[in-house]
Amino acid sequence: MELRSVKYRIAKNYGFKALVMIFAFACVIPLLFILFFIVSKGITQINWHFLTRIPKPVGESGGGIANALVGSVLIVLMAVVIAIPIGILGGIYLSENKKGRLAYWSRLCTDVLQGVPSIVIGIVAYFWIVKPFGFSALSGSIALAIMMLPIVVRSTEETLKLLPSSLQEAGFALGMPFHRVIFKVIVPVGTSGILSGVMLAVARISGETAPLLFTALGNNYLSWNIFGTMHSLPKLIYDYSTSAYDEWKNLAWGASFVLLLWVLLLNLLTKLITRKWKVQL
Amino acid sequence: MESTIIKSRNFNASFGTNHVVKNVNIDIPRNKVIAVMGPSGCGKTTYLRCINRLHELIPGATSSGEMTINDENIYQMHPIFVRLKIGMVFQRPNPFPNLSIYDNVIAGYKLNGIKVPKAERDRIVEYSLTRVALWNEVKDSLNKKGSFLSGGQQQRLCIARAVAMEPEVLLFDEPTSALDPISTSTVEELFHELKTNYTLIIVTHNMQQAARVSDKTAFFYLGELVEYDETKIMFTNPKDSRTQNYITGRFS
Repeated sequence: MELRSVKYRIAKNYGFKALVMIFAFACVIPLLFILFFIVSKGITQINWHFLTRIPKPVGESGGGIANALVGSVLIVLMAVVIAIPIGILGGIYLSENKKGRLAYWSRLCTDVLQGVPSIVIGIVAYFWIVKPFGFSALSGSIALAIMMLPIVVRSTEETLKLLPSSLQEAGFALGMPFHRVIFKVIVPVGTSGILSGVMLAVARISGETAPLLFTALGNNYLSWNIFGTMHSLPKLIYDYSTSAYDEWKNLAWGASFVLLLWVLLLNLLTKLITRKWKVQL
Repeated sequence: MESTIIKSRNFNASFGTNHVVKNVNIDIPRNKVIAVMGPSGCGKTTYLRCINRLHELIPGATSSGEMTINDENIYQMHPIFVRLKIGMVFQRPNPFPNLSIYDNVIAGYKLNGIKVPKAERDRIVEYSLTRVALWNEVKDSLNKKGSFLSGGQQQRLCIARAVAMEPEVLLFDEPTSALDPISTSTVEELFHELKTNYTLIIVTHNMQQAARVSDKTAFFYLGELVEYDETKIMFTNPKDSRTQNYITGRFS
């Protein structure tokens, strides 16, 4: 082969490598940009008062986001409590029954559910739960649980599917009944995968605003009553960032920073869990 | 007269329309080592998995005919009781990776929710690990995970796990095919040691192994039980030409 054509190929190769690297870097830019923006605007707001006080009335300086922080934690916790048993058991069913009509439809429905816009889930929760029972944090949790469900189901299914069938057979050969094989052998070995799915789902729903607009509604005071209205971080950001007052806008920046930190921590924790709890097969 | 422990009459097994075990009649004597050999796909593993009813867990798998243990029909007992009486060791070592060595041995009790006092548990673990010649190697690391052991040690751990349940019969599905020659000979020595308390049924496609370890040998070919006799007779004077061909390596 001619030297020149080889040189041309090498040059083309370098060009392609450079292109790929540029785009790989381009993926990082939006996150860096968001991080920089939120941190620079929000970090100055963070102090003890900000985290422990509720917002002050218009015109007064100071005030915090305690009501939204408590609300977000409670609403997300309740969503997790609702979604985890259903999601994990559903995932177990799907991994155990690869074929079958119920498995097929269940899989299809979770896939479709994953694609349903959050605002639509919010509206449905509004008509089914809020209309008859009134606005409540619990109704918001149910809407968020519905959003979590497909992620938990599918990650559980995928995790358990990857485990070797010899593990199950070992259990059955010792005379263990099906439910014990599942809960004493399969689930413990798959814990890290299942947990990381749950954590990612939590990170995903923590920032959801739309389903909470119609359900938890928001509350300017600190509330622990899950059957009443409750504030949440995304809702607070939504309300205050569009307000005309600088104090409130600053609260929104601070809240954004807290929410961002929360999601980042959850992602980090997921990475840690998968590494620490991974069972060596 | 030796007493029979496992007996099958006109036993058939299929996967859907695929008939893999055809009309097998066999009497398995107590406290002996029985080798089941034959080429790949001859139904020997399927037959073995029918004995402790693991076969039926595969979707589409069916079986018919009679299979008894101590003259009690296995297919009329609850599978859990069957599997407590008939332990099994698999082709690839499969210790529970999330459990320690100690917990792996006691897994049959622990994971079944059977309460055993601590002293009794310790005794079972030591006894079982001693039976499989693993006690001296692992007695100082009982709390380590079972998956840190070598392949041969893991397989012996799996045998200890089956032995701990005090079954009457132990099934081995090609127990040494994933092991190196040294681990293989260790496991083979165990067979002689274990048959004083248990009846051992060993599926193997290694003829030398069948000849070395077993008292009686069954030869399966294309789902049929071709010949079943004393191992010595089988390897010196087989009656069926197919057995002879297989043993002399004229077909595989």
